[in-house]
Amino acid sequence: MVESKHKWKAWLYLAPAIALLLVFTVWPIFNTLRMAFWEDYSIMKDLGGRLDFKFGIKNFVKVINYQGFKDCLVNTLLLTVLTVPISTLLALLIAVCLNAIKPLQRLLQTIFFLPYVTNSIAIGMVFEAMFNIVGYKTPEESIGIINTVLGVFGVDPINWINAGSSYWANIAVLVIYIVWNALPFKILILLGGLQSINKQYYDAAKIDSTPRVRVFTKITVPLLSPMLAYVVITGFIGGFKEYSSIVGIFGDDMQAVGGESLNTMVGYIYDALGNQEGRASAAALILFAIIFVVTMINLYVSKKKTHY
Amino acid sequence: MKVVLQNLTKIFPSRNKKANEEVVAVNDFTFEIPDGKLIGLLGPSGCGKSTTLYMISGLQKPSGGRIFFGDDDVTELSAENRGVGLVFQNYALYPHMTVKQNILFPLQNLKGEDKLEKDVMLDRAYQAAKLVQIDELMERKPSELSGGQQQRVAIARALVKMPKVLLLDEPLSNLDARLRLQTREEIRRIQKETGITTIFVTHDQEEAMSISDMIVVMKLGVVQQIGAPQDVYDDPTNLFVAKFLGTPPINVFEGEVKAGKLYLDDVAVLDVPGVEDQPVYAGIRPEGFIPDAFGPMICNLSGVDVMGRDVSLVTTHPASLNPVVRSIVDADAAKNATGLTVSYSLKPHKVFLFNKETEARVYFEVK
Repeated sequence: MVESKHKWKAWLYLAPAIALLLVFTVWPIFNTLRMAFWEDYSIMKDLGGRLDFKFGIKNFVKVINYQGFKDCLVNTLLLTVLTVPISTLLALLIAVCLNAIKPLQRLLQTIFFLPYVTNSIAIGMVFEAMFNIVGYKTPEESIGIINTVLGVFGVDPINWINAGSSYWANIAVLVIYIVWNALPFKILILLGGLQSINKQYYDAAKIDSTPRVRVFTKITVPLLSPMLAYVVITGFIGGFKEYSSIVGIFGDDMQAVGGESLNTMVGYIYDALGNQEGRASAAALILFAIIFVVTMINLYVSKKKTHY
Repeated sequence: MKVVLQNLTKIFPSRNKKANEEVVAVNDFTFEIPDGKLIGLLGPSGCGKSTTLYMISGLQKPSGGRIFFGDDDVTELSAENRGVGLVFQNYALYPHMTVKQNILFPLQNLKGEDKLEKDVMLDRAYQAAKLVQIDELMERKPSELSGGQQQRVAIARALVKMPKVLLLDEPLSNLDARLRLQTREEIRRIQKETGITTIFVTHDQEEAMSISDMIVVMKLGVVQQIGAPQDVYDDPTNLFVAKFLGTPPINVFEGEVKAGKLYLDDVAVLDVPGVEDQPVYAGIRPEGFIPDAFGPMICNLSGVDVMGRDVSLVTTHPASLNPVVRSIVDADAAKNATGLTVSYSLKPHKVFLFNKETEARVYFEVK
């Protein structure tokens, strides 16, 4: 226990962090809450110091009834539900394989980690080029690398992201992109978890003639479960906050030319900030509530299934 | 099932390629372990005893030599197919499974014609648990058990599939002193009851001596001596074995044999007929000293340790290689030990001579 006469010193040392937190975290949260429940908020009145707004839930009602928001919600949920299981399973598979091989392990680890340190907008642009029908050279010459590869297997070119492409083609591209982008972090965590499992468990399993599949399901997965839970929970949170990937591939307007909107919750909040601060705040709180509930469910399930 | 080791050798390649220093962990180990016996592999750390055990289990591949279970050559067989039971030093119980699940695990792996019905498996698991007296703890997780209980679970898990050979790697090293005594008796009892050929590794000579039918003393990958514990203790083949066995340890002196007599510090202390004149190491067991007012061996008395029935006299002697010379004598005989010195005569069969260069035993005729 710090003696009381030195207490001011403790506060002094804490001051820089507290000041930053107050300005950039606590105040925005408070302000979001306030703005969400103020009706007919206007930034001009706010700046003029006239804060005589009425309190109410009008913003929430408006947001929930607005078709654009519902679309964003569906897009977000769809992307999350598709990408989290796929990326987790793939990451588990790759991590187990990486852990099993000795030569080139370091090199492959580095290669798998590259997407993590690459700008997602830049990757998005590369994906855009890869999935294009019309390449970047001349429209007639190239059809994008993905369609070229598919062509080798006799698949007709698919319109992934260009004008007239279907919603599901767009979603497929997004899922591939998000999964690919999410893999490195998950592989890193799971590989770390795998390497910390005591080798003796595997020796014991060998002595007991355990088939490989059973070793995986009965020993590896349970002992890895804390890491799996962590990866799934952060995956869901990240999934609900998906935004930059869509901008990266489809640009600011977040849709294939003339196609359906692929906007997500975060995108909606960002767009609404322009002149509907109240609705943006309400949407942000709704997103928070969804993430909160899903995370609670995740934690509840993992508590039952996880061995720590 | 008897286990035969033929010229078993394990060489670990050097990690540093330039230095090219290979480590010979086990060197040319040949031994036939009779069926149904309890064998202790004994030696200081790094002597290759665990490596030998792991080669028998199949977890490590020998660099040379063969291993037979009965008449079957199992050298090329992987650990999965050898049907041994192994108790790891840290038990390696699956932490996410209950005791019951842990014990059932090997049975659930059985395939083909060995496959068991569910209730047969449960039956066998409970039998194994009863044998090691943990049938009350079946629903607990390993983390909720004491070290001794975990150790029993590990034994039950190894026994439940009725292995041909049971291997134990330092099974008692994680237990406290009292539990260790108790558990080693348990191991002896379980081994007797099941009659499974059992090989266990330990660095604790007392442990090995007390429960083994036979002990194998190893040093730096080379087998020094194999035999019944008492025989090895009474008749060590070299200085290392003599020093390694026995508590308190053997007293070693620098001495010389001249004209059939052993001289320590230029005093003739014992007749050693049939030995050529040579400088020797003389090992004298603590129980080999007889307090005798007219005895030839005179030591400076520095203390008396009372151990109950017996008394340990702590003395010094100029020719001794150990800082003190310990003798164990009758409590009555020790009553006279009050002066500055104490005189002993020696029991010839408790005195061992070793060649000074090779440290091999030099035998003399005991009358």
